[in-house]
Amino acid sequence: MSEKEKNIDNVRQENEKPVLLRMENIEKAFPGVKALDKVNLTVKAGTVHALMGENGAGKSTLMKCLFGVYSKDGGKIYLEGKEINFKNSKEALENGVAMVHQELNQALKRNVMDNMWLGRFPKVAKGVPITSEKKMYKATKEVFDKLEINVDPKTVMSRMPVSQRQMVEIAKAVSYNSKVIVFDEPTSSLTEEEVEHLFRIINMLRDQGCGIIYISHKMAEILRISDEVTIMRDGKWIATKDAKGLTTDEIIKLMVGRELTNLYPPKTNEIGDVLLDVKDLSAMYSKLSDVSFSARKGEILGVAGLDGSGRTELLENIFGVATRKSGKLTLDGKPIRNRNSRDSIKNGFALLTEERRATGIFSILNIRENATISSLGKCRSGPLLSKKKLKKSTDWCIDSMRIKTPSQETKIRSLSGGNQQKVILGRWLLTEPTVLLLDEPTRGIDVGAKYEIYELIIDLAAKGKTVIMVSSEMPELLGVCDRILVMSGGRLAGEVNAADTTQEEIMALAAKYA
Amino acid sequence: MSAAIKRKGRLSARLEEFKAKSGADKRRAIVDLLFNNAMYIIIVIAIIYIAIQVPAFLSTSSIVNIISLTAAKLPIALGIGGAIVLTGTDISAGRCVGLTACISAALLQMTNYANKIFPELEVMPLWIVLLIVIAVGAAVGLVNGFFVAKFKLHPFIVTLSTQLIVYGLILMFLMIGSNNGQTLSGLDESYTNFVKGTLFRIDGVAVPKYVLYAIILTALMWLVWNKTKFGKNMFAVGSNEEAANVSGVNVFWTIVIVFVIAGAMYGITGFIEGARIASCSANTGLNYESDAIAACVIGGVSFVGGTGKISGIVIGVFLLQIIFVGLNFLSVDQNLLYVIKGMIILVACAIDMRKYLARK
Repeated sequence: MSEKEKNIDNVRQENEKPVLLRMENIEKAFPGVKALDKVNLTVKAGTVHALMGENGAGKSTLMKCLFGVYSKDGGKIYLEGKEINFKNSKEALENGVAMVHQELNQALKRNVMDNMWLGRFPKVAKGVPITSEKKMYKATKEVFDKLEINVDPKTVMSRMPVSQRQMVEIAKAVSYNSKVIVFDEPTSSLTEEEVEHLFRIINMLRDQGCGIIYISHKMAEILRISDEVTIMRDGKWIATKDAKGLTTDEIIKLMVGRELTNLYPPKTNEIGDVLLDVKDLSAMYSKLSDVSFSARKGEILGVAGLDGSGRTELLENIFGVATRKSGKLTLDGKPIRNRNSRDSIKNGFALLTEERRATGIFSILNIRENATISSLGKCRSGPLLSKKKLKKSTDWCIDSMRIKTPSQETKIRSLSGGNQQKVILGRWLLTEPTVLLLDEPTRGIDVGAKYEIYELIIDLAAKGKTVIMVSSEMPELLGVCDRILVMSGGRLAGEVNAADTTQEEIMALAAKYA
Repeated sequence: MSAAIKRKGRLSARLEEFKAKSGADKRRAIVDLLFNNAMYIIIVIAIIYIAIQVPAFLSTSSIVNIISLTAAKLPIALGIGGAIVLTGTDISAGRCVGLTACISAALLQMTNYANKIFPELEVMPLWIVLLIVIAVGAAVGLVNGFFVAKFKLHPFIVTLSTQLIVYGLILMFLMIGSNNGQTLSGLDESYTNFVKGTLFRIDGVAVPKYVLYAIILTALMWLVWNKTKFGKNMFAVGSNEEAANVSGVNVFWTIVIVFVIAGAMYGITGFIEGARIASCSANTGLNYESDAIAACVIGGVSFVGGTGKISGIVIGVFLLQIIFVGLNFLSVDQNLLYVIKGMIILVACAIDMRKYLARK
C-alpha cells in the first residue's frame, strides 16, 4: 500500500467510527455582534476533537450553547442521532455531556469529595435524607485510583495547588460516566508532568469510546493528542481537518487568517551590569529555601520549574508580599529590604501576579482606575488627584501597551484576557520600575496577544530594565529569555543559558529535588 | 454647556442603539431599564399619590422639612457608605451617634439649668466640644477598623460588638453625678443656635443651619471619595483586596481610615442631633444605621463592593425621608412604618443585586 492509500484508509477508518455529537449551523447573536455564524462541529466516538481559534473566535460561546448556558438562535444539536436542547449544564451532565472548565468554579472551603459529589451526594440508604461520607470517600477513591490521581479525598480544596484542583475537576467530569467530555484549556495551570498525566487520562477515555472536545491554544499539545481539528475564526467555522499531517504554521494561518512567521519577536536587549542580587532567600511559610542568584540590567531572566516548585513564592518573597525567613537583597550595590509591596515599589520593583482574575484586576472598576492604582501619588496636584494627570497616565498606557478599548471608562472585565494583561503591565510601568517580576505573563492569552506581550517584555529589557519571568511554557522561556533559573522543590536546581539549553535539560533540573 | 451637549449626544447615541435592536431585545432592554430604576419609579409614583391625597405634602414648609431631615441623616450615611464600598457594614453607627449626642448635650448645658449633669462646668466653646465628639466617634471607628483590618473579622461582628460596648458607655455616662440616667436637656443657646438657627428663609419658612453643614460635609466627602489617593484605594480594596495589596495599596490603613472617617461622621451627626432633638437619652440614635444603610443601597452603593457615589447616597437619604414624611402625611400607623421600611430595604437590595448578577 502506498503512503497515500494508507492515509485514505486511515480516514476511512475514522469515518467508520460512529458520530456521537453533531452541532449543525449553530447561530448566536449578542447585541451588536454575531458571536456564532452557522458553525458546525461533529465529534465521533473514540476520538479527540480539538477546537481551536483565537480568544473571541466563539469557542466558548459554542460550548455554552451546547450546555444550555446560552440559548442558541438557530441550528440543531444531535447526541447519538437524537436531537437535544439542554436547558442547563445539569441536564447536560445527566445526558452524558460534561465539561472541565478553564476557570475553576469550586467550593474552596470544602474538601475534595464534597466538591466531587456536589449536587448528587450519595445517601446512606434510599429514601433516607442523610448523606453518606463513607460512600462518598469510597467512590472518590475509586475514581482517583482509576485515574492515578494521588490526592486525599478529604483535603480541603483551598489547601491544594491549582493544578491538583484542576485534576479533581477532571476526575469529577469522568465520574459522571460521560459520553462527551469538553476540556476547556485544561493544561493552562498544569506542569509538563501533569500534562502527561492528563494525556494518559484522555487516551484512556478515548479508548473507552468517549468523544473528547479539546479546547486549547497550545499547538504542540493539539498536534499530539487530537485526531481531528476544527478551527474557528470570528464566530465562523473555518475548517475541520485530520490532525495527522497538520502543522503548527498551518493551524496558526487558519486561526489568524494571515501568516505569523515567528512565534517570538527578535531580541534587541543588551545585557549590562548586575542590578539585583538575591542571597540565601528563604520563606517563612512556604518551602522556598536558600535561593541565591543575580540578575543584570537589560536581562530577561526566566524561572522554570514544576508547579509548586517555589517559582511564584520566589517572586512573592522578593516583592515582600510573602514573609521572608532570611535572605539579603541588593539592588545596584545597595542593600534593600522590600518589607512590603509599597516598599518594593519605592525600590523600583513591580509584580505581575499569576492569577489575573484573583489578584490582578479590579474587575468592577474601569481601565483608568485599574491602570493608575499603583501610581496615584504621581497623579496628584496638592492633596487632590488631578483628573487630567490620571487621564494622561492612562492614555500613555493605552498607547504604549496598544490596549484595545473603546474608552478609559470601560470596565476592565469587558476586555479580553490579553488586553487586561496589558492594562496591568501598564499599571506597573507607570510606577517606573527597574525590576519587573512577571508571573506567567501570557497565561490564557491568545497567540497574537502573546506575541505583543513578548515584544513589550523584550522592549523593556532593551530599555535597560531587568525582567524576571516565571512561565510554565518552556518554548516561551527558551524563545524570550536570556538565562533561565530552574526551581525544584523550593530550591534553585540550576541555571542555564537559554541559547544553548534544551527542554530535556530543564526538565531534568526541575525534577532534581521534586 | 459642553457637558450638556455631550450628555445629550450620549443619550441620542443610546437611543440609536436601542432602535437598532430586535423586538425581543427591545423588550428586554425596557424591562431592564424599568427594573434597574424600579426604586426611583416606585418613589415617584408614591410622591404623586401622596401629593394628590394630601396636597400639603408639597408645600414649602413640608419640602423644607424633608430637606432638613435629609441634612440631619446625611452625615451618618456618608460614613457608612465607605464601609459598604469595602463590602462591609457598620451597625455601631446609631449608638455612636447616641453617645456623641449625649456627650455634646452634657458639655453644653445652660449654666443655670437645674438638672445639670456636670454642675460645676461652665459652657464650653463649641469647637472644643465638636472636636471632642469627633474624636470620640473616630476612636470607636479606629477600634472597628483595627479589628476588621488586622484580624480580618467581618465588620458585622466587629461593629455588633462595639455597638454593645458603646451602648454600655452611654448608659454609664448618663449615670454620672446625680443624673441617674435622666434625659439631657436645657441646652445652652449658643449650641442650639449654632445647629438649629436660621440659615435663611424661604417663603417665611426657616431653613436650619445644619443643612449648610450637611452640604459642606457632602462636598468634603465627595472630594475624599473621588479626588484623593485614599478614595481610589478604598474602591480598589472594595473591588479586590488581594490585587490592591499586590499593587502597593496599604490595605490595612485604607480599611482603618474608612472606619475612622465613618466614626468622625457619627460624631458630627451626634453633635447635630444633640441640639436638634434637644433632649438626649440612651435611646438617641437607636437604629439610625438601618436608615443610613438603606439609603446607601437605594442610592446604588452596592454590597458587591467597589461601587458607589456620593450623589447616590444623597439621593438615597432624600428619597427615604420623602417616603417617611409622606407616610406620616397619609397618617400611616407608626408601627406599620417599620414594616414598610423593612420592605423598602429588601426590595432595594434585591434590585441592586440584580444589576450585578451574571446573566445567563
